[in-house]
Amino acid sequence: MEFALLLAIPLLGAALLGVFGARHFAPELNALLSAATFVAAVALAVRVIAEGNLLAGGEQFFIDPFNVFLVTLTALVGMTTALFSRPYMRVEVEHGRLTAGRLRLYHSMYQLFTFTMLLALTTNNMGLLWVAMEAATLSTVLLVTLYRTPASLEAGWKYFILCGVGIAQALFGTILLYFAAEHALGGSGIQSLLWTHLNTVKTELEPAVLALAFVFLLVGYGTKVGLAPLHNWLPDAHAEGPTPISAVLSGLLLNVALYAVVRCKVLVEGSLQSAVPSKMLMTFGLLSVVLAALFLWRQRDIKRLFAYSSIEHMGIVTFAFGMGGPVASFAALLHMTVHSLTKSAIFFAVGHAAQKTGTQMMSDIRGLVTVSPTVGWGLMLGTLAILGLPPFGVFASEFLILTTAMREQPWAAPVLLAALGIAFAAIFRRVQPMVFGETTAKRLPHPPALLPVFAHLGLVLMLGVYVPPYLADWYRAATVLIGGQ
Amino acid sequence: MNNLTWDLQLLNACAALLLLLAFAMLSQRRIVTLVYLLALQGALLCVATLLVAWRTGESHLYVSAGLTLALKVLFLPWLLNRLIRRLDVYWDTESMLNTGGTMLIGVGIVIFSFGLAQPISALASTATRSSIGIAVAVILLAFLTMITRRKAMSQVIGFLSMENGLFFGAMSATYGMPMIVELGVALDVLVAMLVLGVFFFQIREQFDSLDLHHLESLKEQK
Repeated sequence: MEFALLLAIPLLGAALLGVFGARHFAPELNALLSAATFVAAVALAVRVIAEGNLLAGGEQFFIDPFNVFLVTLTALVGMTTALFSRPYMRVEVEHGRLTAGRLRLYHSMYQLFTFTMLLALTTNNMGLLWVAMEAATLSTVLLVTLYRTPASLEAGWKYFILCGVGIAQALFGTILLYFAAEHALGGSGIQSLLWTHLNTVKTELEPAVLALAFVFLLVGYGTKVGLAPLHNWLPDAHAEGPTPISAVLSGLLLNVALYAVVRCKVLVEGSLQSAVPSKMLMTFGLLSVVLAALFLWRQRDIKRLFAYSSIEHMGIVTFAFGMGGPVASFAALLHMTVHSLTKSAIFFAVGHAAQKTGTQMMSDIRGLVTVSPTVGWGLMLGTLAILGLPPFGVFASEFLILTTAMREQPWAAPVLLAALGIAFAAIFRRVQPMVFGETTAKRLPHPPALLPVFAHLGLVLMLGVYVPPYLADWYRAATVLIGGQ
Repeated sequence: MNNLTWDLQLLNACAALLLLLAFAMLSQRRIVTLVYLLALQGALLCVATLLVAWRTGESHLYVSAGLTLALKVLFLPWLLNRLIRRLDVYWDTESMLNTGGTMLIGVGIVIFSFGLAQPISALASTATRSSIGIAVAVILLAFLTMITRRKAMSQVIGFLSMENGLFFGAMSATYGMPMIVELGVALDVLVAMLVLGVFFFQIREQFDSLDLHHLESLKEQK
């Protein structure tokens, strides 16, 4: 029941907002639908925690602690972003950057995007997972080009073609997976692509085929995670689309794509009985962290800056999943959570800041704190949180990942630490003058929605000092599923 | 080769022609012709699917063949032709590499593909296993087409050709994916093309051209 609602609300919402998306109450309706989705997600999570794993829809859907935690996170950030987008999009309309038709498209696609992500997370069918991931790209392409500026069209085209090609590789990987499964399960048909079935026979899957499949799956879904060197679309799409979309792309879509990679890794590792998939994840992860940290120095646009920071953090999580083991997997899950919350909070603050100053160029944004102390401090605190300063949650997860790396992969720890230091300097030297100093900002007709910013940062702060026991149990259960024993 | 039944021989002929078409697309500069080649590729894929369906009696493959016919032979080429006429893009400009060089790389790709497909073919129990290598080659050649072209339209045609290769690969290795997945993939391709149609007009409105060199300003350090 909860589960049916979870998928039905955003799907119906997309249709509803396709009709009413330009009305004056549309932003509220959008927020209300997202809130309802969140309630359904919480109810589902409570049920899964109480009753254990859940199979639904003729085994087509499968919910375990690993994905229900991401479902809740997705629904939560979906809701707060909808709250943020209320005043934000109103200001955009008043600035004449959007017409009524585009606003309707925006609202409708926002719900559809939520639906595709939830579908990708809950499906048990590796083929449907692919379909949902591709649908997630398609529903956001026209949102990236919402402003129809030359730069946004370019970003949209890049996003479409790179993710399209990437995801085509993943389809080939899925075909290979199906091929191996048919072999092991001894029959064809729909059963052979169900993750739960594959998981039970994973040791019998043909290693040679699965190794090949994993290369294609990692490259395919890795493109969507934004792993270097396949990350080219990410900064452009984040910088040129409307800010609420940057927040959900960064905070949610990357997580969902990484979830797909981890699901595949569990199967492949079971079949190969070797550390090759882990090594591949670690290499891609570390490469992303280092490259992103270096590119951070060259950014001038504030949204591009934080987009590169997302690549860096996705690299850290990928690296941690690659290391495996209970502590690293726990830390990876924690890091996914705190990165989502912090990064979306930063994008909220950045969105308001960019509207107040009328630019995304960092050199033109100055002295936010004098005009709007809350936006200024929101951005500052968010930045400190994402840079991994204690007592925020990012510090806790990065600390766990680093200490595990020192023990298990001593060669990687210094590289990781150096990259984190470079990223720290690159971001901090930019953000500090934006927040303090002489101001260039002006007041706006709609008061900014700052509740989401501080709610997120509050949660991140809490996770830094205290992980509630039920959440820790939840992470631990998920860790076991990923194969950390 | 004499011990092959006529249907298998026909199937192998289809596979060979698919590969030939992939090369033809690699060298073709006229976009209208590219669309015809794509439609022809779709038609071959449809015939191959029908043959396999008839051979194995798997009923879902008939649906899949029908889907291929409707989508890849009729609808998408029609849509692309319409877009070409409306947007007035008949020719692609000179590609990044000259034709001879591209062809040579293409030959290299085919050899690589057969090497890559070797372990899969060895395991496959399907009668069509020998064409897995061809499917991989078609996918990679389409990829090469996308890389070497500048016009948005030719890149999209390359993308669709890649999709054809993927379907052919799925059919050769496993007699097709489960129905629900194939339907989902077809839906995604359809929506992708509709989104693209909208997108082309946006690009056109903004730049007066579909040449992708206009879309190269977003580099690091503008």
